[in-house]
Amino acid sequence: MNWKTWLAAATLGLALGQTALADREILNVSYDPTRELYEAFNKKFTEHWKQETGETITVRQSHGGAGKQTRAIIDGLEADVATLALAYDIDAISEKTGIIPGDWQTRLPHNSAPYTSTIVFLVREGNPKNLKDWDDLLKPGVEVITPNPKTSGGARWNYLAAWAYAEKKYGSEEKARQFVGKLYKQVPVLDSGARGATTTFVKRGIGDVLLAWENEALLSINKLGRGDFEIVVPSISILAEPPVTVLDKNAEKHGTTDIAKAYLDYLYSPVGQELAGKNYYRPVDPEYASKYAGTFPEVNLVTVNEAFGGWQNAQRTHFNDGGVFDQIYKPE
Amino acid sequence: MATLEINVSRVTERAVSEAPWLRRLLVGIALVFLLAFLLVPLFLVFREAFSQGARVYLAALSNPDARHAIKLTLTAAAVAVPLNVIFGLAAAWAISKFRFRGKQVMITLIDLPFAVSPVIAGLIYVLLFGSRGWLGPWLENNGLHIIYAVPGIVLATVFVTFPFVARELIPVMQEQGVTHEEAALTLGAGGWQTFWRVTLPSVKWGLLYGVILCNARAMGEFGAVSVVSGHIRGKTNTLPLHVEILYNEYEFAAAFACASLLALLAVATLIAKSALEYKHQRDRERSLRAAARQEEP
Repeated sequence: MNWKTWLAAATLGLALGQTALADREILNVSYDPTRELYEAFNKKFTEHWKQETGETITVRQSHGGAGKQTRAIIDGLEADVATLALAYDIDAISEKTGIIPGDWQTRLPHNSAPYTSTIVFLVREGNPKNLKDWDDLLKPGVEVITPNPKTSGGARWNYLAAWAYAEKKYGSEEKARQFVGKLYKQVPVLDSGARGATTTFVKRGIGDVLLAWENEALLSINKLGRGDFEIVVPSISILAEPPVTVLDKNAEKHGTTDIAKAYLDYLYSPVGQELAGKNYYRPVDPEYASKYAGTFPEVNLVTVNEAFGGWQNAQRTHFNDGGVFDQIYKPE
Repeated sequence: MATLEINVSRVTERAVSEAPWLRRLLVGIALVFLLAFLLVPLFLVFREAFSQGARVYLAALSNPDARHAIKLTLTAAAVAVPLNVIFGLAAAWAISKFRFRGKQVMITLIDLPFAVSPVIAGLIYVLLFGSRGWLGPWLENNGLHIIYAVPGIVLATVFVTFPFVARELIPVMQEQGVTHEEAALTLGAGGWQTFWRVTLPSVKWGLLYGVILCNARAMGEFGAVSVVSGHIRGKTNTLPLHVEILYNEYEFAAAFACASLLALLAVATLIAKSALEYKHQRDRERSLRAAARQEEP
């Protein structure tokens, strides 16, 4: 009877196991738009490591909204290094799990951010709605695409950039709150990550303007449709510092601390800085910053420390449950 | 007698004699619906997959990460399907052939995975096995990985495919009643023997049908697996998750190439299902004819 053969075949499938890998490997858990950067960087780093030590290693990647990725690390995703969108998420890992010390951000130069970025507007070709600055986003009928600040790091930078602009221009926190509240009324969908928001805007054709990481906006223009989109630089934006860190206890457990440390140091090396610039992140090394200066428009940048008293404060006031974002964002 | 025949013919006639335009309209609507919501998307998947030529298509499928995703998806299905066959048979047998307290509760429990959103199913496992979950610290101390590793993916797959086999078998077994088993028992067969030689052969079609549906769902599951996977490519990425990753990386042709594999799986499932139904029908007719022939002389 052939059904017995079927059953046997299905049971045989049980025998399929996972092949054990002999090579050492590290896992880099990162946020959404760094996919292309780390794909290129991992290749260079494994070559570099092979040259230096003769050892063949594998670098594994995981990408997603920064909040979601942080959650996964806290719930036990054993990453050796975290390269996330903002410092608060790594603070949360430190507080909730203790796998890294509280002063992790002082361990590497430039607040542990080997590259920076900012928030710009991506609009459709010819800028049909004539959007020049944050004020224009509140014009009736303008649809704004930005992801959910609860799950996405980029979305939190977007939110804070808008807030910083409004507070500076209208002079009070109350006015800024009204401004940001109005802004989120123009948002038809909140994707969970920056990349999801980009596909919504670029591929699905929804919305008039995408609030995007500068690197994400430049990538969209160069990869998906030169001439279909334009970048608009607002008068004020925020200096985004996506930080990196070794997750000490995970790396110790895997016996990969040496690789993990070298991996992050290599981000600050000429090779890493060059790749950052090529992938539209602003290099922190002055030499490479000036080399790629032509790629990046001059923007008047405020920092989280100046405008919001640091990420801990910003997170507590704006994004925690019951915070300002929850109060102003009420989907209809 | 004569009046009765007339009645019958009128009744049967009326059953199929809606106005022709109405019939055509209804069939037309059904066809347009099928075309718009099933066939066109299916066609588009393949068109997009081959939009940059067969070489890109093949390269997408032979990429190491894609190959690993395919392997992981097959592994998850290869564990989930046999487990659910064993469980489904046991549960259906108990429910349809025996009377016991709490039977209704058990049926409800079997249906639970249908009622629960797959995302919740995934989160349950994070709460249970995550490093801050109930069993997390113990697992960690013993060096066991469930969440963000292959076992978690297999568990989530087993959970969402739990009801498929049992749900197919219960009605079939209930319909057949217990007379055959009782006859076997009175003729001296043991319980195990009765199960293998009487019950199992009589439900084999239902079982196979359940296995096919279970397999299709196991390979296609996204939500629950996404929550417990951690999305490590080349490690904990199943085929549906790999499709999402490629799509998010603007590798649209590659994403649809992998999606076309899943679409092919769906087509194969449908063909297998129709073939089974056809065979089952023929089997039944043959046995009915044989029974009739035996009665005649």
